[in-house]
Amino acid sequence: MGTRVRSAAVAGLRGLVLAVAGLAGSIALFVLSVLSIAFVVLGVGALTTPWVLGLVRHWANWRRVVAAEWCGVRIPATYRPFPDDLRGGVVGQAERCRLMLADPATWRDLRWLPVDMTAGFVTALLPAALIVYPLEGYALAAGLWRVFTDGTYVGWWYGFVPVSGQGTALLAALLGTALLATGLFVAPALLRVHFLLTRSVIAPADGELAERVRVLTETRRDAVDTSAAELRRIERDLHDGAQARLVAMGMDLGTIEALIEKDPARAKEMVARARRSSAEALTELRDLVRGIHPPVLAERGLGDAVRALALRLPVATEVEVAVELAGRPQAPVEAAAYFAAGEALANAVKHAGADRIWVDIAHIDGMLRISVTDDGKGGAAVAPGGGLAGIERRLGTFDGVLAVSSPAGGPTMVTMEIPCVLS
Amino acid sequence: MRVVLAEDLFLLRDGLVRMLQAYDFEIAAAVESGPELTKALAELNPDVAVVDVRLPPSHTDEGLQCALAARRERPGLPVLVLSQHVEQLYARELLADGTGGVGYLLKDRVFDADQFIDAVRRVAAGGTAMDPTVIKELLSRRAADPPLGGLTPRELEVLGLMAQGRSNAAIAAELVVTERAIAKHTSNIFAKLGLPVSDDDNRRVLAVLAYLDRGAA
Repeated sequence: MGTRVRSAAVAGLRGLVLAVAGLAGSIALFVLSVLSIAFVVLGVGALTTPWVLGLVRHWANWRRVVAAEWCGVRIPATYRPFPDDLRGGVVGQAERCRLMLADPATWRDLRWLPVDMTAGFVTALLPAALIVYPLEGYALAAGLWRVFTDGTYVGWWYGFVPVSGQGTALLAALLGTALLATGLFVAPALLRVHFLLTRSVIAPADGELAERVRVLTETRRDAVDTSAAELRRIERDLHDGAQARLVAMGMDLGTIEALIEKDPARAKEMVARARRSSAEALTELRDLVRGIHPPVLAERGLGDAVRALALRLPVATEVEVAVELAGRPQAPVEAAAYFAAGEALANAVKHAGADRIWVDIAHIDGMLRISVTDDGKGGAAVAPGGGLAGIERRLGTFDGVLAVSSPAGGPTMVTMEIPCVLS
Repeated sequence: MRVVLAEDLFLLRDGLVRMLQAYDFEIAAAVESGPELTKALAELNPDVAVVDVRLPPSHTDEGLQCALAARRERPGLPVLVLSQHVEQLYARELLADGTGGVGYLLKDRVFDADQFIDAVRRVAAGGTAMDPTVIKELLSRRAADPPLGGLTPRELEVLGLMAQGRSNAAIAAELVVTERAIAKHTSNIFAKLGLPVSDDDNRRVLAVLAYLDRGAA
């Protein structure tokens, strides 16, 4: 019973906040939006609209947050992201205006504003009223009725009870009790109705699916970009490196052929040079292979590959590697996990100034989980263009996620999870 | 001296056979897969085995695994492992049993036939032959640590060559100094590292590697 009273009281309070703030906010934003969009034809609107619509999005996002927190109603946000190369200044702002107006989510938001200030207001106010209004009934019974009447006429209506004296005031208290009892049972549900109403207007019918498609499109684009860049790098490295050295070697051998009888000393010198070129070509090919698919990874799998990587770190940092894998993930997942772990290790060595690093690799509940912890100075963050953002993109291709905990002063813990099966 | 050779690429196997024969080795068997290697090592009892890390049928580290298994059967069986790349992880596994008679070299080392043959002979005699790249990584990693930090650059250089498995005479030749000077350097190194002096080449390499290994994961 105690929890029921509490949750009903909380629902009433929240309903009140939603009703008051919602009414004011939605009316203000609706008026602003309509004016701003109307002024787009005059030009000025193109500059103000993105700003106003940005406010509308914040407003809607606040509702999404409280819907999830207060009633567990998930309302997906499906705004289209802006392209990365959006220009600044007036041109960029106009472009942003065009993109926002072309986004169906914007129009759903705008449609939602009038709904929120009417039906939304009522559904938010109801739970509040059911909790607050009975208090007035008790106040009337307790003597407030005297303010309205001297007992000879109906001075005040409480609900459908005409209050004209102490007797009817007691009836008002009785009605209040009935309302309160109802409120105790239905207030939380009513608040939920408010959020369901919100969801039905601002979430697209296929919201989660659309969101999923958007994420997949994005990660696929990242994957395609990354592999194209990788191919270009390999081609360039081969072309400028090993290939060029082999050509030079062939030329040297040709020269040697001509010199071998005329000038044996010089020919011998060139043989040594050709041998050096072949050794260098091999070194370059080896480095290239390591960058594409590290040999230890191919031979032994993730655990030993990370161990070998830890041994190759250029500084005397102690690295402990613990591995709990019953099999091997698919090759692309394995490679992504390896390079991500490598990047995290390199970060710990380069930026954290750590003395010790712990790497844990395990497969739990269908997730390959790798955590890299160091005792360095912390302060690591996922910044655009940074190494951690690179890991995030790489993992994103496989629906993997990255979590970084790195308070200033350390320690830093980077956790990566990729859903996969072992074989 | 009888050699068992395992290498899956025909060109390389053929080249190695020719080279070893040119230096008066007897090729007991030249095989191309892991199971064949295991069989040859068990039946032919060679003086030394030269083994490629990656062998069929698995095309992973089958050669290394066969060599390690054969050495468990017959401790001290001399094995020289060749690889397209060298990893400290594998070097440690080879050295782990501490019985000597192991080598781990990049395939490129066959370019210098004299040095390569020297390495094969050293391994066959129970010594070690570690690739300079492995040793270089080890030394650069540990150089920041206090006890190694106490070594002079020259002493570090000598330690590096010593860790590869070279004798004092070979180190002296490489650095163009007298053998006496090297002997002095090595005793200084042992003193600074707190290692008991020993004139067994193999033991001193193992001692150095064990020292370098200390504290690493």
